Amino acid sequence: MERTVSFTLNGTETRMRIEDHWTLLHLLREELGLQGTKEGCGSGECGACTVLADGMAVNSCLYLAAEIDGKTILTIEGLALPDGFLHPLQKAFVERGGIQCGFCTPGMILSAKALLDENPAAEEEEIKNAIAGNICRCTGYVQIIDSIRSVSGKAEEKVKVVAWQAGEDQ
Amino acid sequence: MRRFAYMVPKSLDEAVSMYVSRGERARYIAGGTDILLKIKEKKIFPDYLISLKHILCPDRPLFNPENGELYIGAFVTHRRIETSKTVQVRYPILHDAVKNIGSVQIRNVATIGGNLVNAVPSADGAVPLIALDARVNIHGPKGERSMDLLRFFLGPGQCDLETGEILTEIIVPPLLPRTGSAYLKFGRREAMELPLLGVGVVLSLREDLRTCVKARIALGVAAPTPMRAIEAEAFLAGKPINEMTLEEAGKIAARESKVRDSIRGVAWYRREMVGVLVKRMGQKALERIQETESRR
Repeated sequence: MERTVSFTLNGTETRMRIEDHWTLLHLLREELGLQGTKEGCGSGECGACTVLADGMAVNSCLYLAAEIDGKTILTIEGLALPDGFLHPLQKAFVERGGIQCGFCTPGMILSAKALLDENPAAEEEEIKNAIAGNICRCTGYVQIIDSIRSVSGKAEEKVKVVAWQAGEDQ
Repeated sequence: MRRFAYMVPKSLDEAVSMYVSRGERARYIAGGTDILLKIKEKKIFPDYLISLKHILCPDRPLFNPENGELYIGAFVTHRRIETSKTVQVRYPILHDAVKNIGSVQIRNVATIGGNLVNAVPSADGAVPLIALDARVNIHGPKGERSMDLLRFFLGPGQCDLETGEILTEIIVPPLLPRTGSAYLKFGRREAMELPLLGVGVVLSLREDLRTCVKARIALGVAAPTPMRAIEAEAFLAGKPINEMTLEEAGKIAARESKVRDSIRGVAWYRREMVGVLVKRMGQKALERIQETESRR
């Protein structure tokens, strides 16, 4: 079956025909060509497909397109300003090495945004909880958490790494 | 994904009549995090999905100060329960459990009713509610009925819902004075993982803040369905709550459990951990009573 849905997509009022069995992920990537949202597992485990629906992080692979009627959807494409000026979270991820291969990044940043919108001064434990559903296989999460903390205003001074000199006994 | 028609009834009766007229080819769907996954994995092949998400009902847990009952609509999301101040303050056992179900993304969408009707032995939502003596209301083609949540579970993946019936509401009866509760999801990690074991303890004490009036011990993944350790509960009733009695209650609960070997852990280890965790959750429940009482 088909239906018409009206929603706000990255700030733009949108009205379109969709099929009942489409997921939001399918709608975004295949119908609208917004490929910043990634498909990892397709089963709600990895979080690569995370987008915000009315400000709440959801897995778009398990979210029916039919359910977005009347809602506001934010994808990674809607985060930077039109002139390319990055959102503070995007900037932090770039500057602090929160990105390696980049596949988890859109979902990771949107999960972080949902957290900080609700709790701008989130602590480390709250950050970990918020991104528990976003899997990263590159970074080991340390730089990601550091990136988000730098925006939540809780970033600690970087611990000086002591490099042992070759040949020194230790 | 396979094609289906998505139907959006606005009332329970409308949903039931949609279901009745389509029979086997229809499935109810609420949050959809389980149903859509089953469709993707080609485990079920419905032609019609009847959404329960747009049925008008309160979208968060409601505490009734008149009679002391807590009402949770079955279509309330885990996230709404997690962030409910009432739940955090009065029913910490429920907060302990829902905060680690899936991920934020899942909890924003998945409903408590969906968690219950899936009837998996590990249902994190079921164990604390059973420990709180919750009842469930059911609406179906033949009308309404109500039962203890404990009796709702028939076996792995099987609950007491007849064709076309919908779980509509969970009711937690009034807590006794001086009640404390705690739940632990035990596993390799908390989020995005099914537990190796789930242990929930609710204790109510006399005015001396030592003697147990009533105890509830509920276990998940310790049997084919969520269960109560009834002998351990009976052992605690009337006794002082301390390290020794909690240790003994843990041992009794471990004996009562029907743990099995599975991919997540072996039976002897699970049984051992039932003992350890019943004691630990009992202590936590006790601490919570003392904390609440000291603030009075």
